[in-house]
Amino acid sequence: MSKFRSNGKREMPELNTSSLPDLIFTVLFFFMMVTSMREVEVKVDCKIPTGGSEIEKLERKSLVSHIYIGPPSKTWRPIYGPSPRIQLNDKFAETNAIREFVIAERESMYEHDKPLMKMSLKIDKDTQMGIITDVKQELRKAKALNIVYSATKEDKKK
Amino acid sequence: MAKGKRKVPGLNQSSTADISFILLIFFLVTTSMDTDSGLARRLPEWDPDAVEQELKIKERNVMTVSVNKFNEIHVKNGVMSRQIEISELKDIAKEFIANPEDNASLPIKEEYEIPDFKTVVTTIKHVISLQTDRVTNYEVYFQVQHELSRAYSELRDEWTRQTFRKKYDDCTDDEKAFARGMYSTKISEAEPKQYGTQGL
Repeated sequence: MSKFRSNGKREMPELNTSSLPDLIFTVLFFFMMVTSMREVEVKVDCKIPTGGSEIEKLERKSLVSHIYIGPPSKTWRPIYGPSPRIQLNDKFAETNAIREFVIAERESMYEHDKPLMKMSLKIDKDTQMGIITDVKQELRKAKALNIVYSATKEDKKK
Repeated sequence: MAKGKRKVPGLNQSSTADISFILLIFFLVTTSMDTDSGLARRLPEWDPDAVEQELKIKERNVMTVSVNKFNEIHVKNGVMSRQIEISELKDIAKEFIANPEDNASLPIKEEYEIPDFKTVVTTIKHVISLQTDRVTNYEVYFQVQHELSRAYSELRDEWTRQTFRKKYDDCTDDEKAFARGMYSTKISEAEPKQYGTQGL
């Protein structure tokens, strides 16, 4: 006889789940904060290059506009061919559309943010420089001088 | 006649968890946490007369890094032009920018007053000119840019270690600005060569 022995059936006490909604709400709010809905469908294949220590993170996404350059992805290849194209917002564009794009992007920003505008160039690794130089010249003419060569950071462990 | 106090029956809240789960899953699916990162650069102002200005820079102050259509990297300082590997570029650039031995063929060292700090002797007039062909591969170009960036960062880091006895990363914003004044990034991306009738 031991006093630790319980008498009869032991029942598992039911868990109190009343705080479960709160828990899930917390996680929900976290995701609501960090989420940014993808506004554009990327129509080009874009494998951006990898860099090392010099790659900086871009802060303040509202300041950043994207220009994609690369060969059209599979669904679009039959129409546009395999050579690299420029994508602005949702559609393929020619270099002469860049200036309007920059102006439109600039218009959508707050006045005090306008000089801080950054153009993020997402360019496929295997693109040739010709098209990139053309884009850069257009950006200079449109006075969008802050550019970022988009790249992923490779962590080198020494 | 109602009798006394009426109690509001407690709501059944067992489905709140399910509702928030659905919302949670929706945001989980739509979220894209890809933080953008990249190599920041500033383009020069658009100025049709810029080509003439470049000619005024003395030869010893210019290092030309050119990537040709075979993706080979050539470095030219003065009259000497040689082909190098990408791994050599950083050290060559560092020597060019800092000119530690005051070599006569490397950039001239002059007194320069870092704003709000002190006067230093540095190669304030140096320019690295980056030239590419229209068929150069972007990745090679990117790596060249990256190596040049590294050269500047390492020089700044060495300088802050000497001057403030700490790493560049640990410096205050002001000290970082001084380091950037000491070795300011001067990469000129040459105007593209003109082909045929394509006007700019």
